[in-house]
Amino acid sequence: MNALVNEFIIKLKKRKIEGSKTTAKLTAEVLRSCISQQRLPQTNQADALIDAIRGIGEKLIAANPVELAVGNIVRRVLNIIREEDVSLTAAAVGGLGISAGSDDEDDVKPDDHQGLSAAAVAAAARNTLRPPSLQTLLEDIPQSTAVPRTSSSGGDSEGKSKSADKNSTSKKLKHNVIEAVNELIQDIATCHEQIAEQAVEHIHHNEVILTLGNSRTVMEFLCAAKEKKRSFRVFVAEGAPRYQGHALAKELVARGLQTTVITDSAVFAIISRVNMVVVGAHTVMANGGVIAPVGMNMVALAAQRHAVPFVVLAGTHKLCPLYPHNPEVLLNELKSPAELLDFGEFSDCLDFGSSSGSPLLHVVNPAFDYVPPNLVSLFITDTGGHNASFMYRLIADYYSADDIVVKQKSIS
Amino acid sequence: MVAKKGGSKGMGAAEDAEEELARTPLQAIILADSFTTKFRPITLERPKVLLPLVNAPMIDYTLAWLESAGVEEVFVFCCAHSKQVIDYLDKSNWFGQPNFSVTTIESHNAISAGDALRLIYEQHVIRGDFILVSGDTVSNMSLSQALKEHKERRRKDSNAVMTMVIKQSKASPVTRQSRLGTEELFMVIDPETKQLLYYEDRGDNLKGYLSLDKALLTDNTSISLQNDKQDCYIDICSPEVLSLFTDNFDYQHLRRDFVKGLLVDDIMGYKIYTHEIHSSYAARIDNYRSYHTISKDIIQRWTYPLVPDVQFFGNSATKLERQGMYRAPDIKQSRSSKIGPFTVIGSGTSIGNNTEISNSVVGECCSIGSNVTIEGCYIWHNVTIEDGCKLKHSIVCDGVTMKSGAALEPGVVLSFKVVIGRNFLVPAYSKVSLHQQPIRQDSDEELEYADNSSGITESPSVSGTLDLLNEEERTELPDSQAYEVGDGGVGFIWLVSEAGQEEEWRHSVAPIPVDKLVAIMQISNDEADLPNEDGAFLPPSGELGPDSITNDSNEDAEDIRDDSVIFEREVEATFQRAVEEDVTDDHVILEVNSLRLSYNMASADCAGALFSSVMKLALDAPHDSPNELYKNVVSTVRKWKKLLKYYLPSIDEEIEVILKFEEMCLESAREYSPLFVQILHHLYDQDIIQEEAILDWASEKEGAEESDKVFVKQSEKFIQWLKEASEEEDED
Repeated sequence: MNALVNEFIIKLKKRKIEGSKTTAKLTAEVLRSCISQQRLPQTNQADALIDAIRGIGEKLIAANPVELAVGNIVRRVLNIIREEDVSLTAAAVGGLGISAGSDDEDDVKPDDHQGLSAAAVAAAARNTLRPPSLQTLLEDIPQSTAVPRTSSSGGDSEGKSKSADKNSTSKKLKHNVIEAVNELIQDIATCHEQIAEQAVEHIHHNEVILTLGNSRTVMEFLCAAKEKKRSFRVFVAEGAPRYQGHALAKELVARGLQTTVITDSAVFAIISRVNMVVVGAHTVMANGGVIAPVGMNMVALAAQRHAVPFVVLAGTHKLCPLYPHNPEVLLNELKSPAELLDFGEFSDCLDFGSSSGSPLLHVVNPAFDYVPPNLVSLFITDTGGHNASFMYRLIADYYSADDIVVKQKSIS
Repeated sequence: MVAKKGGSKGMGAAEDAEEELARTPLQAIILADSFTTKFRPITLERPKVLLPLVNAPMIDYTLAWLESAGVEEVFVFCCAHSKQVIDYLDKSNWFGQPNFSVTTIESHNAISAGDALRLIYEQHVIRGDFILVSGDTVSNMSLSQALKEHKERRRKDSNAVMTMVIKQSKASPVTRQSRLGTEELFMVIDPETKQLLYYEDRGDNLKGYLSLDKALLTDNTSISLQNDKQDCYIDICSPEVLSLFTDNFDYQHLRRDFVKGLLVDDIMGYKIYTHEIHSSYAARIDNYRSYHTISKDIIQRWTYPLVPDVQFFGNSATKLERQGMYRAPDIKQSRSSKIGPFTVIGSGTSIGNNTEISNSVVGECCSIGSNVTIEGCYIWHNVTIEDGCKLKHSIVCDGVTMKSGAALEPGVVLSFKVVIGRNFLVPAYSKVSLHQQPIRQDSDEELEYADNSSGITESPSVSGTLDLLNEEERTELPDSQAYEVGDGGVGFIWLVSEAGQEEEWRHSVAPIPVDKLVAIMQISNDEADLPNEDGAFLPPSGELGPDSITNDSNEDAEDIRDDSVIFEREVEATFQRAVEEDVTDDHVILEVNSLRLSYNMASADCAGALFSSVMKLALDAPHDSPNELYKNVVSTVRKWKKLLKYYLPSIDEEIEVILKFEEMCLESAREYSPLFVQILHHLYDQDIIQEEAILDWASEKEGAEESDKVFVKQSEKFIQWLKEASEEEDED
């Protein structure tokens, strides 16, 4: 297990894994194998597992603090463990409830209880933990009061049932968690399709769409609209200095889309002709702010100036429960100046030997921009479109408040 | 990836390559010993590859790069302090990497890169193409393209044994000196095939001209001579390279012996090619100056991802803040202290009140007192700097203590565990070590492989060194006179030989003094005056102020007048050389003719230029009185009469010579003005100038202004005499 984790950590440290989707997927896979190999004690299994995952997660996050997707997935997995634990105890106690006295509640049938999906129970458990979210209120969840009440009612018979089910629950927790993590991996893998499905609702005939740089999600989104026989034009800002926009343009043309490549600096000039800006993101913060490839803030400001909708596409694995002012959030990474300037050509400007020993030329090449939430018109995630001010609620659905700080408890 | 590209073309050969690639893992040899003494005295106690470069040992950079470039098997050749290298690799977990095996090869008697490669050959560990680098290489280049090119060439021609990685750098001598402190490198490369045809890395010794074998020009349709390339010392070699070293047991240095040897040797027909990298970074730490420059390049992130805030291997995390300031999270910094841009502060370091640090690297667990000024320094780990010290452009090794009020002048190197006494000022460029300076000092760089120098590098093992050290301390500590580093100080200041002292500034971390920069500029100007300086073309030094660093703007201003002035200088230089090296007249004529063609000059100009050169030569010879000067002229003219005569086929040229002489007397060589008539007469006697020329000159001058007629008047009698003589002849 350690070897696997270490290898992943080294890869993260050396910045060998690029893109939040790949990172998220690999993180989830590493954590899955950790969970399956983790030995669990007889009691307090969930806590032990959570602590173990926290320990690993802490190291993974430290390995590449810029890639927030790692932390997101670690927190998601921690939340999964919590939910599965709650649902298991709920199921166990619920089972008890049937035998102890189903007469308590006439409106709830025993089958309902047993047929309750883990997710639903988890959602119910969530409701008890924090104020109800808009989404959970809208979702029709059968018995939100089931959990606390049963736990109080089945007091005397609890010990008996636990000893009987011990072995099965221990396996079951692990099994369920792994199942849920698999689902998460599946979700990450299919987030493009989920987002792309909504394309037709947003892109209309004869529209002009502007995008910056290259995002797989954006590409799939545009192509999905094209496949649905929408005819529209795309402007691609090339995204200096990495020029990933060139690759996007190539791909779009291959799929038969009318594409125009412009320089980043021409965005403002062209924005008045644009109907909608669709871009990808590196991370979406809890306040609805977006960390995106450099140049995005300028595009967002231009869009706001001309009242053009600024739409950000982001899979749920990009939702980060942290706020941009949190000290552990590293908003940016400075890349090599070689992407901007040719070292050979400028070697005489980088002269350290003469005069004061410090050259007059500095080159700064940041990788990301921060786009404040008020500039974003709409977020489109796997689950649908959301307003920036709604992000914190969405994030609360995926993360437990206890996991915001991923740190292993003292190993006493 | 390489193989995939080839394979997709569906060529049989490409598939072979794919198989071959699959069979043998990519191997690399790291020479963890530079076989030089440039980092003395530090390298007496610790091998160069373990010296910290921005708080991580140099070898970590090399290994991390090789690993990320896809190398699977690395052989680290350790020689000096081999135990320390092995211990380090063991401790830092390099041996336990997945898909990246590191093996050490130890030797105690190898004294050069050649010996190392011969030893590796004997071990039969290299099975295919391999990367040869030294353990002080910092790079982030991707090897795949270079490897692919190398393999393709190999398939076509099995004699293509090596691919050298080069990088463009500005050709300005100032940049070259101030960046890496290396000498000028000349390479002749076939622009089509990228084959290396000529390599000369001691450009400064060439005295400004370069001689190429004429076979180069006849054998190749086109060649390009380049002096703006930097050798990265990254070589992709075929296994034959090792056997070549074994066959030629006298090969020592990779470049001076091996590369030059292969280029000269045309029997075997081995070929070396070059691969130029553009966007990625590659450089080698050869001396303190390049240590300084590469540190700064790392801090400015040219080597990304090998930068301090990325934990590429085992280095502790630092956080990048505004203006290139890197600080570890757990430092103790006083509120009143100031940390300037492009500074790295390692973890566990504490900084006192009102201390200012700029452009420096501070290692781990250092304690820096109050009111300290640190500027452009490299402070390694566990260093104690007490209150009020001043450090400028120095290297301070592990465990050094600087007592309060001590100061370092630029270019100082303090080796391990030295103690600098209270209020002691260490003079510029001095090197302080706990070790006594070895008595037999190699001042000559050529002899750096000779056994006496390396004997010291390799002999003392760590424990042995320490024993030696303790002994020294025990015996000499009571006698405080033995140490020259102030009250309570411990350490010896190494003496530098007279000649060395002059050169110290070249390779130190201190900025180059302004007067040296000016000197470099002037040297380069002089070089430009010589015929072989390729393309570099500068106006005469009179127009270029000594302060101007760039000369690009002046190049545009060239005009015909400049051309003729430069032509004269070149002719003069050619003539000077002819005098010094005793070249025959024929050869001088040949050279002057070629110059004449290249500058598009008339033969009259040649005559004038050559004549003035001759006269200058005579003037340069020692003389006390006009009489002696005249004698000088007589003897010089006698010697070079034939040469002068060659360029004086008609009266026009002769008139030109007289005019030239006149000009000289007025301007550059006033000593001649009283001798004008005498010399003119002498020239007439020697049949160098005929009477018609003199008469024509006199009649030409008749209409001129009074000031121009000084010499005509002076020689009035002579002209009169000439006229009479000719009339007499006519009468006959």
